[in-house]
Amino acid sequence: MIDAALLRQCVHCGLCLDACPTYLQLGTEMDSPRGRIHLVGAVSEGSLPLSADVVRHLDLCLGCRACETACPSGVEYGRILEAGRAAVETQWRRPLGDRLRRRLLIELFPHPRRLRAVAGLVRLLQALGLWRIVTALIPSARLMPEVQPTSALRSTAADGVAVMRVALLEGCVSGVLQGGVNSAAQRVLNRCGAAVDIPADQTCCGALHLHAGDLEGARRLARTNVDAFSSGAVPDAVVVTAAGCGAAMREYGALLRDDPRYAERAAALAARVRDATEVADELLDRCPPLGARAQRVTYHDACHLAHAQGVRQPPRRLLAALPGLELIELAESDLCCGSAGSYNLTEPDMAAALGRRKVDNIIATGVDSVAVANPGCALQIAAELRRRGSAVRVAHPLELLDEAMRGGEGT
Amino acid sequence: MGGNLYANPADCNCAPPCRAVIGERRLRPVSSPRVSPELIDELRAIVGAAAVVADEASTRVYECDGFTLARSAPDVVVLPGSRDEMVAVVRKVAASGLCFVPRGAGTGLSGGCLPLDAPVMIGTSRMRAIRSVDFENRRVVAEAGVVNLHVTRAAAAHGLFYAPDPSSQSACTIGGNVAENSGGPHTLKYGVTTNHVLGLELVLPDGEVVELGGEVDDVPGYDLRGLAIGAEGTFGIVTAATLRLVRTPQAVRTLLGMFRDVDDACRAVSAIIAAGILPAALELMDRMIVEAVEAAYGFGFPPDAGAVLIVELDGLEVGLGEQVDAVRAICQTARASEVRVARDEAERAALWKSRKRAFGAVGRLAPNYCTQDGVVPRGSVPEILRRIAAAAERYRLRIANVFHAGDGNIHPIMLFDERDADEVSRVLAAGKEILEACVELGGSVTGEHGIGVEKIEQMPLLFSPVDLRVMSELRLVFDAQRRCNPGKIFPTPGACVETVKVGMPRRQVPL
Ligand SMILES: Cc1cc2nc3c(=O)[nH]c(=O)nc-3n(C[C@H](O)[C@H](O)[C@H](O)COP(=O)(O)OP(=O)(O)OC[C@H]3O[C@@H](n4cnc5c(N)ncnc54)[C@H](O)[C@@H]3O)c2cc1C
Ligand code: SF4
Ligand code: SF4
Repeated sequence: MIDAALLRQCVHCGLCLDACPTYLQLGTEMDSPRGRIHLVGAVSEGSLPLSADVVRHLDLCLGCRACETACPSGVEYGRILEAGRAAVETQWRRPLGDRLRRRLLIELFPHPRRLRAVAGLVRLLQALGLWRIVTALIPSARLMPEVQPTSALRSTAADGVAVMRVALLEGCVSGVLQGGVNSAAQRVLNRCGAAVDIPADQTCCGALHLHAGDLEGARRLARTNVDAFSSGAVPDAVVVTAAGCGAAMREYGALLRDDPRYAERAAALAARVRDATEVADELLDRCPPLGARAQRVTYHDACHLAHAQGVRQPPRRLLAALPGLELIELAESDLCCGSAGSYNLTEPDMAAALGRRKVDNIIATGVDSVAVANPGCALQIAAELRRRGSAVRVAHPLELLDEAMRGGEGT
Repeated sequence: MGGNLYANPADCNCAPPCRAVIGERRLRPVSSPRVSPELIDELRAIVGAAAVVADEASTRVYECDGFTLARSAPDVVVLPGSRDEMVAVVRKVAASGLCFVPRGAGTGLSGGCLPLDAPVMIGTSRMRAIRSVDFENRRVVAEAGVVNLHVTRAAAAHGLFYAPDPSSQSACTIGGNVAENSGGPHTLKYGVTTNHVLGLELVLPDGEVVELGGEVDDVPGYDLRGLAIGAEGTFGIVTAATLRLVRTPQAVRTLLGMFRDVDDACRAVSAIIAAGILPAALELMDRMIVEAVEAAYGFGFPPDAGAVLIVELDGLEVGLGEQVDAVRAICQTARASEVRVARDEAERAALWKSRKRAFGAVGRLAPNYCTQDGVVPRGSVPEILRRIAAAAERYRLRIANVFHAGDGNIHPIMLFDERDADEVSRVLAAGKEILEACVELGGSVTGEHGIGVEKIEQMPLLFSPVDLRVMSELRLVFDAQRRCNPGKIFPTPGACVETVKVGMPRRQVPL
């Protein structure tokens, strides 16, 4: 069921153990990368039956891919996990409640319109002060931020001569819950000389489907996006503000490899995907004068940026370039915060434990703000900060850059 | 003989009674009963349900360490979170008469934590606290499950570090390091684990706690601390260690010498030592490794280098330049085609990354590989390399070399494909022959990876029957019933280790 060559890449050295959040929390080998690979391998060779225990340990994986960064042998853990999860989805029958919860996520999150409707409802409840009742019933609902009304974006031209033409992915969760980030990114890019297109027929990137083992669902969305982003003039870059989406889109080539109609265009699109912080960092020399503002900021490495896309320095460089900003390194900065896509909805206990660990580290730095380049992480960290009554603000690096461009007026 | 490794389990004729004679005594295996459900409940009551692993899937992942040719899953794995829990667990296991095996991070390369006739595995992965740090006296007390690198991290801000640096340091534990007396590339100057452990807290197999060594260097009486280090978990379970910290050197220079062949590089090694220079590290990579590393990490080694020598010098800024010049001159005399000094910390880091992750790169050359860890006197390095090359030819194998040249600790990496049974047996045979050659040249069968189950067979090569008898009697002082990590180090009778070939394809890691 799983390409044996992928598994054979693992030499069982264990160098990935200390990078794995679930292993750090639990200390159990079957909740480590090496252990999970071992389980998938044993099941796939037929020496271990697929069981609730095996499924449990695969479910508990955050998919953060810190293990890939740590692995000297180049094991593609993300692909092993996806294959393992796909096998679980086709060969394993989950208990009913579990099935419903998982279906609900897939039916809700990747659909901006449905999500907007729910967000509207949440906004209403929040305004009426009734939201507390919901959080009491569904603990993970406490993650929900104050939802701001957002409007869909429109294409904009560069200020002055365009040096670059980019297309922006709106994203579903990010587009609806964190619309401000996309607008900030668009303003920043425009001012630094990039024209920003918002392709009309774009859709969810498919990351949630991919993580849930629904490969067909992911392919369907990927095809729609390949069409949307490669109709018309080819952009210099496809810019993404949500690390999880960027990571998923970079996989399009592999995902549609066996689809003769799409393979080539998918690979071409994947090769153009860039995180917004990368592009902004590249254009930084061209940006207008920045206003100074004294602030202490730390940076959290989103897994899907640092581990999945290897982007670590650009956001740091960009922050360090802001006048008056003191960048303080965060302990365990690239350890998962527990958000991991829909993880905090499916595995609330582990998610909460990792959220606490992350926020302990953030508070220890004594900063005013923590910069986070992924909406899932931002929600998770903000919710935990709120719970502690902390005043530390959560912002996307491009929001901080946008503020500096506006002369440091602040929020 | 027990604990033997056969490419084909059918080759073993030791069953039913598998007996070996050590000295004049016959040792019998302790045949351990299985774990009862009641015991599992009692263990849960001590450490909590989440810290007891007993289902089929979960125990399976504990069936091997970094040495994957031998496998055997424990019935139950217990993960105590503190010394007191450890004591209670060990007592409980002792009361039920079961054998147990300690496990750290499972990065061992000799099957040290393979459960042989030991149904209970006791892991230290939840004992990760650094109990105290005393910067003034440069000491730190770390629990056994603390990862090696974390000790250095805790001390770095104070300009101190923990010197033993196995290439696995980002994952292996202090307990495992103590059990294996681990070294690393910087062992040449700084020594191995035993030179940096002042004291140990050890839980004996009956649950008694003993403190070995102490806070200071010189403790009167027998050096029990020294005995327990390198005992490979046969004396009991270490729960904490008092470690010595070393001042971070003021300055470091890393040189790279490119040579036409390993002979020239070896000549440079001997000349550097003869000149009275003590490098912090002296590492050699042969052509096959250099090519693989270059393909993987693109460090910038010349494509035609037959051997690359890494020389790291550290100490006070004053005088370091002279040493650099001296090493450069020596390399040139030994016909180095080029000598480079790492420009900055980034280049130095990239170089060490290439070196420490060399085996990952080797994975690109073949589906599997297996390494040996022999030691020869430094002067015999060229000779052992010649013998390795001869063995490679005779057994029709590809063997690459990357090793600690300064200590004569070789790591021949034998490439193979485990689906080819004939090749597997040729690998086992060649490995055995290489180790025998090491002993013949006045060296040893293991530098730093331990005996475990992998090298049991070679023990009688190194030690006389009397030596072995003294050692196994000594063990009885700590573990009278041989209940802690049975079947290891000494060729004792016991079940044969199954060498899994049908199992999941895995490659073995060299250092
Ligand atoms: C990539 C790689 C590189 C390596 N490089 C080096 C190197 O440069 N130098 C080197 O010396 N080794 C090296 N090793 C081997 C290995 O990492 C070391 O032997 C290490 O010390 C093992 O530590 P561990 O925590 O993983 O122990 P384990 O593998 O879990 O156990 C090793 C042995 O120690 C015993 N043990 C573990 N914990 C305890 C305890 N608390 N009390 C008593 N006994 C215990 C076990 O029973 C077993 O016999 C390397 C391994 C790998 C995979
Ligand atoms: S993806 Fe993250 S949680 Fe999953 S095994 Fe790798 S490091 Fe652990
Ligand atoms: S995934 Fe990589 S680091 Fe982890 S055990 Fe396998 S080879 Fe080693």
